[in-house]
Amino acid sequence: MTLALVLPGFSNGIPLQAYLALAAVLFCTGVWGLINSRNAVRVLMSIELMLNAVNLNLMAFSNYLDGQLIRGQVFAIFVITVAAAEAAVGLAILLSLYRNRETVDMERFNLLRW
Amino acid sequence: MTIASTTELICFLVLSVTLVAGSLGVVLLPNIVYSAFLLGGVFLSVAGLYLLLNASFVAAAQVLVYVGAVNVLILFAIMLVNKKETLAAIPGLLLRRVLSGAVCAGLFALLLRVSFTTDWALPGPTPVGEEATIRIGEHLFSDYLLPFELASVLLLMAMIGAIVLARRDVFSSDVITGEPVDQGLIEKARTPLLLEKPALEKTS
Repeated sequence: MTLALVLPGFSNGIPLQAYLALAAVLFCTGVWGLINSRNAVRVLMSIELMLNAVNLNLMAFSNYLDGQLIRGQVFAIFVITVAAAEAAVGLAILLSLYRNRETVDMERFNLLRW
Repeated sequence: MTIASTTELICFLVLSVTLVAGSLGVVLLPNIVYSAFLLGGVFLSVAGLYLLLNASFVAAAQVLVYVGAVNVLILFAIMLVNKKETLAAIPGLLLRRVLSGAVCAGLFALLLRVSFTTDWALPGPTPVGEEATIRIGEHLFSDYLLPFELASVLLLMAMIGAIVLARRDVFSSDVITGEPVDQGLIEKARTPLLLEKPALEKTS
């Protein structure tokens, strides 16, 4: 009861907006990490964070707005599949890059800079 | 407020705190191994949130694929490229961090505004709950059959591509004596193509 007094918006269960805000926090953290990381492995981890934020949005909408046909869950499964493929290929590219340049510093992967 | 909804609320709060703290740790911690383990924690708390959203099948898939495969893959990659190197200082790093932080804060404010001002069609239809797995199976074999098959082709292509990209070139026979050699041990000593000047002088 005291918990409901502290959080007035939560008296009828968890609202949809709480999940959306949580996913927004996760997505923005991922974007910041993607821009600012200098280690290439951490860049891949930030991409995974962003994909998870999108998945959380899909699942929240699927539960609250599409409870009978749960198409959001099917979409989330496809996103998980693509994320797994992306992680495998990304890490293979990273290993290949590491063998060629002997570093994982993103600032030194500047071959395409003009 | 019933005991069930209070328990749900407490679970949600604990999972969100874990999620936010873990994701900040992934991005901010200097040691990348800690980041990788925290990433596993983030994936697990996302799986817990899926359970709160009546999606047990996707929660199980999340644990299997993300924690079991992607996180382990990232740990292997860290192990393979784990060389201590001091990163060269680049000018304007602080400015870049502040600017990108401002951009991300703006994006966050925009997303929050959209989600709190939109008039969602709530309450929607009642969730199916435990029947979700059956519904997902029906979807995958009726109206989402083509994406399902394409996903299998995509996974095959990703597997072959990862093998081709990460493969090492090894000698099949010794150069001098011509005897076959142990494949796993001797790597072809080749000059890296893209090395910058100082390292090139060191190898030549």
